[in-house]
Amino acid sequence: MPSFVITEKCDGCKAQDKTACQYICPHDLMALDRETMKAYNQEPEQCWECFNCVKICPQQAIETRGYSDFVPLGSSNIPMRGTDSIMWTIKFRNGILKRFKFPIRTTAEGSIEPYAGKPAPDFADLKKPGFFNGLARTE
Amino acid sequence: MEKETCTFSYCQRPEVTEVESDLLILGGGMAGCGAAFEAVRWANEKGLKVVMVDKAATDRSGAVAMGLSAINTYVGENKVADYVKYVRNDLMGIIREDLVFDLGRHVDNSVHLFEEWGLPIWKKGDDGFSLDGFQARDAGKAMLKDGGVPVRSGKWQIMINGESYKVIVAEAAKKALQTNREKTGMAQNHFERVFIVKAVMDANGKNVAAAIGFSTRENKIYSFKAKAIICTTAGAVNCFRPRSVGEGMGRTWYPVFSSGSGYAFGMQAGAEMTLMENRFVPARFKDGYGPVGAWFLFFKAKATDSYGEDYCTNKEYLDDAIARYGDYAKGLGTGIRNHLMMRAMKDGKGPIIMRTHEAMQAMGKEFIEKLGEKEGKKKMKHLEAEAWEDFLDMAIGQASIWAANNIEPDKVPSEIMPTEPYLLGSHAGCAGFWVSGPGDIPGTPEHYSWGYNRMSTVPGLFMAGDVVGASGHKFSSGSHAEGRLAAKAALAYILDHPNYKPSPKMSIDEIAAELYLPFEVYEKYKTYTTDPEVNPNYISPKAIQLRLMKIADEYFGGAATWYMTSRTMLQEGLKKLEMLKEDCNKMAAKDLHELLRCFENYHRILSVEAHARHILFREESRYPGYYYRGDFNKIDDENWKCFTNSKYNAETNTWEFKKVPYVQMFP
Repeated sequence: MPSFVITEKCDGCKAQDKTACQYICPHDLMALDRETMKAYNQEPEQCWECFNCVKICPQQAIETRGYSDFVPLGSSNIPMRGTDSIMWTIKFRNGILKRFKFPIRTTAEGSIEPYAGKPAPDFADLKKPGFFNGLARTE
Repeated sequence: MEKETCTFSYCQRPEVTEVESDLLILGGGMAGCGAAFEAVRWANEKGLKVVMVDKAATDRSGAVAMGLSAINTYVGENKVADYVKYVRNDLMGIIREDLVFDLGRHVDNSVHLFEEWGLPIWKKGDDGFSLDGFQARDAGKAMLKDGGVPVRSGKWQIMINGESYKVIVAEAAKKALQTNREKTGMAQNHFERVFIVKAVMDANGKNVAAAIGFSTRENKIYSFKAKAIICTTAGAVNCFRPRSVGEGMGRTWYPVFSSGSGYAFGMQAGAEMTLMENRFVPARFKDGYGPVGAWFLFFKAKATDSYGEDYCTNKEYLDDAIARYGDYAKGLGTGIRNHLMMRAMKDGKGPIIMRTHEAMQAMGKEFIEKLGEKEGKKKMKHLEAEAWEDFLDMAIGQASIWAANNIEPDKVPSEIMPTEPYLLGSHAGCAGFWVSGPGDIPGTPEHYSWGYNRMSTVPGLFMAGDVVGASGHKFSSGSHAEGRLAAKAALAYILDHPNYKPSPKMSIDEIAAELYLPFEVYEKYKTYTTDPEVNPNYISPKAIQLRLMKIADEYFGGAATWYMTSRTMLQEGLKKLEMLKEDCNKMAAKDLHELLRCFENYHRILSVEAHARHILFREESRYPGYYYRGDFNKIDDENWKCFTNSKYNAETNTWEFKKVPYVQMFP
């Protein structure tokens, strides 16, 4: 469902050189209106509803509204992404409320050291099966 | 019609940046991140420069941008040869068994890294029930590499808490690239928001000397020169008219931003393609395209017609399928199940129903019997969360659709439906380039291997992920592993050719003029009419896409014709497609966003043309349930159990086709 930006909440990420939603959208959909300094989805019919703009917005100014060609009105689905978990609050059209919390990662953000403790590559193996850090299976 | 050219008489000339590297990686998805991670480790030792270019932000780019609820390829306790057989069965008997085996013997290494980097992986608890990634860690369960037991949702699939899957994999790749910058002194080797438009050939007439593209954020174009290139970009989506044509056009099953740019890149370089007639038409929850795999395999739900009959066991349908498609029909691969589903739909027995409620009620009953009322209910609550997580991790909109329609999956069933067609080579499809295998696997025929693993028929141009043909069912983990395989081979190629210096055939001025032509056209004509949207002098990127979708849907076997086409239909559609291709000389863009859309849609056109011409060449219906040749509606092993390979000549706009023998390497 296309994302939309709540006018009152969006501050155009004014402290930064680009807005968070523009930075993250995989399909280049989020744009900034330079006059109002508010973000908007410039091509809602190309929105995959990946929720990355919703999750990243520092003001929680972005939500989604069901695709107008098949989704009835009245429900909502809102994530709160933390550093190790994500919480979802889902409100049904009939008022039922569901909350779920799921793990997202077991290590601290930014803590990956890709080659720490890994063997150095052996160029004698460059054209053989296997990776620098281990052999291929044989069966 | 007069041809448009760009002389920068109307639009502004962009700044031009040339970036020189040894290895260039196109795309920052799973395959691209795998390529960067493996390549840098080797490259740093030799001081070689590695550059990655991504059209989006690598944290959330590619097919895993939204997250995933499962890793679909983890060999684990199984045998690699069995993985080959499973892939062969699902892809109707014709795959490159060397590539698939090679993938299978390497893929677990990548999965083990993901877990080490922080991806939460479900484990089997002592009571036999599943533990999520945190519960498993807190219970002291071993990591996969140390013998930890994953929760299988199928023979090859394992369940994960994958909301941040791509963020984690990207972090490792970005850190790797950072070490390469430090080692080589490059100022920048990771370019985000740069869209690659095409390959520029070398003056030597053989290699690709550069990849050219533009920033989608500033008026800047790039020429990335490299000694070797790995193309890792995605398949082609939003090519056929989708079932939802309003806002829902973006709710594609595979990512809507998969624009066939990798296919176009290789085609424009003259790389040989294989099985481009292949496509994937997934049966998914209607409209939201939420995944069904976990429902079938993990929750053991049944799909039936509206009368409760399992269409896969309907004798009339099965007999007819076997008569046309032989033993392939008996294997009940994904395509055949689609075919049988559509038979039921055509008989008016729709909608097709996924019986989620019965599956969950059965599991709940089993829990209470095994664990008693209190514990059983607690487990049921966990199970309900697992069912929702399956959507929330990878097709969030489907969860929203359930909420909007008051659907609680444990109480009511949901409709499923075959989608519009998708072109890809890493999921359950195998459309892509003809690449060299590793060569060391016993039984490899000569024509499968020409020295460098995953190298296309263009020297120095490697492929990984969606753009590798005849080797599907890699999924996320396999794409990462394949990127790594291609990276190793590409580095070997670079070291073997120390004297190669790329010298692009096009000048910087020519490149700038080609990439900014849509700006020139727009600025030249925009004031001719009072509404710039309706103008006889140019075509907007949106119009290009809608024309392409209509042609593909109506002539090349889209949902409109129940995926049916024929020689005469294909030929008629190709005539219309040729005119559309010509009109792309008059593409108009009013801003950088539209410039991106112009070239993305041009790439979609090339991908679809390859697809249609391949369907035309293969005179049988190899992939029932995905498409049918009405004039040859059977599988004809005698004449067509072979690869269909093609080569596009971008300069002359001509095609060559040939059959290439398939060799069965595994019993």
